[in-house]
Amino acid sequence: MARHHVSATVNGDGVEFLCETGQTLLEALRDELRLTGTKEGCGTGDCGACSVMVDGRLVCSCLMLAVEAEGKSIQTIEGMAVGETLHPLQRKFIEHAALQCGICTPGILIAARSLLARNPNPTESEVRYWLAGNLCRCTGYHKIVEAVLDAAREMRGG
Amino acid sequence: MSTMLKYQERELKIVGTRPLRPDGVDKVTGRARFGADYNLPGQLIGKVLRSPHAHARIKSIDTSAAQALPGVKAVVTRDDFAEMPDEYAAVGELMINFRDVTRNMMAREKVLYDGHPLAAVAAVSEAVAREALALIKVEYEVLPHVIDVVEAMQPGAPLLHENQYTAGVKPKPDRPSNVAKRLEYARGDLAAGFNEADLIVEREFNTKPVHQGYIEPQACLASCSEDGQAELWTSTQGHFIVRAQCAKVLQMDVSKIRVTPTEIGGGFGGKNNIYSEALAIALSRKSHRPVKMVMTREEVFRATGPTSGANVKVRIGCTRDGKITAAEAELNFQAGAFPGSSVNQASMCAFTRYDLANVRVVGNDVTVNRPKVAAYRAPGAPIAVFGVESVIDEMAKKLGIDPIEFRLKNAAREGTQTYYGPKLGPIGYIQTLEQARAHPHYSAPLGPNQGRGIATGFWFNIGNETTCSLNLQEDGTLTLMLGTIDVAGGSRASMAMMVAEELGIEFESVRPFVGDTSTLGFNFLTAGSRGTFASGMACVIASRQVIEKLRQRVAKIREVPLEAVAWKDGHARPAGGNVAQFAPMSLAEIAKMAGKTGGTIAGHAEINAQGAGPGFGTHIVDVEVDKQTGSVKILRYTVVQDVGKAIHPAYVEGQLQGGAVQGIGWALNEEYVYGDDGVLQNPGFLDYRVPVASDLPFIDTVIVEVPNPNHPYGVRGCGEVPIIPPLAAIANAIENAIGLRLCQLPFSPPRVLKAIDDAAAAKG
Repeated sequence: MARHHVSATVNGDGVEFLCETGQTLLEALRDELRLTGTKEGCGTGDCGACSVMVDGRLVCSCLMLAVEAEGKSIQTIEGMAVGETLHPLQRKFIEHAALQCGICTPGILIAARSLLARNPNPTESEVRYWLAGNLCRCTGYHKIVEAVLDAAREMRGG
Repeated sequence: MSTMLKYQERELKIVGTRPLRPDGVDKVTGRARFGADYNLPGQLIGKVLRSPHAHARIKSIDTSAAQALPGVKAVVTRDDFAEMPDEYAAVGELMINFRDVTRNMMAREKVLYDGHPLAAVAAVSEAVAREALALIKVEYEVLPHVIDVVEAMQPGAPLLHENQYTAGVKPKPDRPSNVAKRLEYARGDLAAGFNEADLIVEREFNTKPVHQGYIEPQACLASCSEDGQAELWTSTQGHFIVRAQCAKVLQMDVSKIRVTPTEIGGGFGGKNNIYSEALAIALSRKSHRPVKMVMTREEVFRATGPTSGANVKVRIGCTRDGKITAAEAELNFQAGAFPGSSVNQASMCAFTRYDLANVRVVGNDVTVNRPKVAAYRAPGAPIAVFGVESVIDEMAKKLGIDPIEFRLKNAAREGTQTYYGPKLGPIGYIQTLEQARAHPHYSAPLGPNQGRGIATGFWFNIGNETTCSLNLQEDGTLTLMLGTIDVAGGSRASMAMMVAEELGIEFESVRPFVGDTSTLGFNFLTAGSRGTFASGMACVIASRQVIEKLRQRVAKIREVPLEAVAWKDGHARPAGGNVAQFAPMSLAEIAKMAGKTGGTIAGHAEINAQGAGPGFGTHIVDVEVDKQTGSVKILRYTVVQDVGKAIHPAYVEGQLQGGAVQGIGWALNEEYVYGDDGVLQNPGFLDYRVPVASDLPFIDTVIVEVPNPNHPYGVRGCGEVPIIPPLAAIANAIENAIGLRLCQLPFSPPRVLKAIDDAAAAKG
């Protein structure tokens, strides 16, 4: 079967790749584009480890077909830091010990950034419900929630 | 050099602070490489054919059509692996039998659970590999199966192993049984103890298997060369253990397998064993190509070890003023398809928080048609302690004694004789109870349908074989090569902190790495909360060796006696007195001259760390029960734990919080659900529900530090204790909220609602 040719933008760069009809965006990112920062924890949209932004919308890349990425702008964890400067969320995650094994961390950072883009001043409860689609088995979420609230505070300039 | 460094109280500059973890930036940028992130040129994809039956005899396996499929490069079945005799080895807290290891990774005579591997293929793509699996023809003779532990123990139950006779029973039984082993611990006179009791409470509990639930599925990449050398990258808690098991089942020399541990995306005991690793090497050996194997989440649930489900009976007697006179438990643990559950550990932990004269614990290790259990954080202890701490709570309530006061009256302390062996050394159990009682949480007001519960936990902690190398580089910075895997807790940071503390230098001057199996000698896996204790001990020994060598070099350079050279704050300085005066030298200055003064400077430790200090914890939880839905909400949670010494307090808090939340999931939602056909019905995170952020409040932590006398900084280990108390603490809180004693886990909404409805119906 012929593979499909897809053109998209990933982290601001134009990319082209070939994919099978049934291949997911997650597989294309990891296997075709070698962007392995986006993780697969379940493949069924239940864990959030594969979270990416597609045209400004938070999606599980394991639930989207790669061919659907045609013409779309995709943001992954690899594009979150700017040069040597970590995003405040990335920095706060390290400072607050909000990561342990780190497998869920890229997805949680992408999800948290999308929350703060919509709601720069979330309550603890809003952070918890926004991140309810991102499983973390190591931390009990305590330090993750603290890090997101602290990053929000810093980004608001307070 | 002795492997025992004793605790010394001293002023600390780095230990006890909160520097940033060296693996942090890689983990927030997506740069960190986990098991599935490794690739090699020309690699094939390996997939596994799994049994759809819970129990069946394999009549034949025909792989010819799969082998003929274009793109398929290798197929392996039972015929590709040697028969293994009974041979036991320690893996973490649990023992394995290689006869079973080889059968669990690839079924031989029978399939014993839904998901049991039967064949593996390596093909040019995942799609071709899957197509090939569908072409493998297996003829089964389906057999009756047994899932429930109590049913499996009955005479006449379907037998998993026809040659399994219950060990630990005299005389040897004349019939085979699913009870692989019966064990017993006893002390004192149980009957006399119960005779002295004014109050006896007896209850029966049932728990479900729960999965470790690491977010990273098992993944590995193997490359085997024509001369029989193998390289393996895998996500594991113990790369030396993986190497040992692969060498054994593949009949290879240990030194011919080089295992590189990848970043590990969670393990919690579940990545102590091999699953696909030996299959990947075998497929690579056959195809002469690298082979990558990544499990799906469904495969993780169906075929990797959950912890046991269990049936637990507890009976305790006490005097009217709350002194326990006798305590008895029977623990019936599912082992899964092969013997070797954590029932032994559970038996030892059941009552070891109390100073008891009369005790008896009987444990049964029972094979059932489920995946072979694996260790899960304090393996077995939460199950036994759920029953015991529930009964203790009920007794305190019946006597009108505060539950913490009741526990204090019976608490284990230094010198307490355990019923399983040792006398306890200095421990902090009483301190955790007292600090819990003094915590504002314990006396905060509660609303309607809200309740508070407490429970406590004990775990041994362990040491074992540990290796490390500390290499002084030519600019005065150091690289630290560790044999103990950092399973997520941040042990690379803690190890570098202890080295920096010893040498009196900056934390950032020490760069820690976990070495592959060719860089160091054998190191035990990361289990038993041994990492910071044992690896920390090794790092301190290596640091002190380096300091000794630095002093020798300076004595040579400055032409002074060795005793004139002291090491302080990263410098060789005159020891004082009137021995000899000389200009101090920094670590960097000595490092620069190392070549001229005798060569590169390094420290090594190859030890078997002894003297791990037991850990104790007390948890307080507030819940609210929704009587309309049966839903239980965690309102507030406090963990108080003696960790000996918190090297990096933030990472210790992380262990306490993470462990408690895994216990909360176990208590409230998680369970394996099987149909009548013996097939797992919820092999995914949608139906196997682990706690999410919105289920939880902040988890408050109180770190108690009663130093372990057998560690230079007093470390005990802290990772496992926090998963033990939550099950009972939540049961006790629910009872406090609605007056119902729930004895069957999990306390999911349907089960809680049924308990409420049944109680209402009974009342009329």
